[in-house]
Amino acid sequence: MSLNKEQEMRYSRHFVLKEIGLSGQKKLLSSSVLVIGAGAIGSAAIIYLASAGIGTLGIADFDKVDLSNLQRQVIHRNNRTGMYKTESAALSVSELNPDVNVIVHNSGVNPDNIDEMIKKYDFILDCTDRFETKFLINDACVIAKKPYCHAGVVRFTGQVMTYVPQKGPCLRCLLGYIPAAEDTQYCSEVGVIGAATGVIGSIQALEAIKYILGIGQLLCGKILSFDGLNINIRISNISVNDPECKVCGIRPSIFSVRENTNEYKIPVK
Amino acid sequence: MANINGSEINASGKTVYEYLIENNYTPARVAVELNGEILSKTKFNDTIINENDTLEIVGFVGGG
Repeated sequence: MSLNKEQEMRYSRHFVLKEIGLSGQKKLLSSSVLVIGAGAIGSAAIIYLASAGIGTLGIADFDKVDLSNLQRQVIHRNNRTGMYKTESAALSVSELNPDVNVIVHNSGVNPDNIDEMIKKYDFILDCTDRFETKFLINDACVIAKKPYCHAGVVRFTGQVMTYVPQKGPCLRCLLGYIPAAEDTQYCSEVGVIGAATGVIGSIQALEAIKYILGIGQLLCGKILSFDGLNINIRISNISVNDPECKVCGIRPSIFSVRENTNEYKIPVK
Repeated sequence: MANINGSEINASGKTVYEYLIENNYTPARVAVELNGEILSKTKFNDTIINENDTLEIVGFVGGG
């Protein structure tokens, strides 16, 4: 692969980074990342992955753009309400960087389609807005041995962690099972500020880029907790898997998400 | 004293569940590592924090 003149200009600031350079840029251009959720966290992640020249960007979301999204979901535009978020995000990406081939998945993810979807990508970002989907993505990625980056945000706070097979615990190791609805905070009820989702989504994009390039340190066995209101950042080192984890423990009981659909429903207390 | 998220805290004798509630955590959305091992949520109620224990408590949120 050789870069054209326009690409040489576009990525010139990457070339001077010794961690990226021309060879790293070629790696990025031939890599593929799937972003699940084109909401607030996904907006930031998609923008930074696209601008960095990730060659193939999958975007999965079933939802459509609503006026109440635009206070934080910066990839969408005022004149796109009612449009699929995937289509709106794809438009923004094409305006930003024509090098990026976008694949839209308008169905979002579910236990029936996720295995097939994640297969095609090098790295997955969980930018979804509920625990049921986060557990589905976690289990599917762990079973398929796919590296992925988890994140969540409400109000001014959020967390990020990266799962790479054999390199630390998965989400199910840490939380066990999906919290009941009354134990969960939803952005529509408790609020969320866009700048905080931007911080978290940017970190996820950085994790994907570092993984593809094999540079720096990943948030494997580490959870980054961000409190934007009090400007407090903590890295918790939890590096050992839970031996009782149902998906990656010593005696796992979940070998297929499709055959365990009840695991991805909110439990009733 | 126990070391909780890097601070020396007088929590000895309390259960993990009691400590979480007192400190406004929602136990269902919390990961706890006790002395280097993940503590299952089902054990929060009957695990007592002892002198010199090291705990890492991480709250998770689900929005996005």
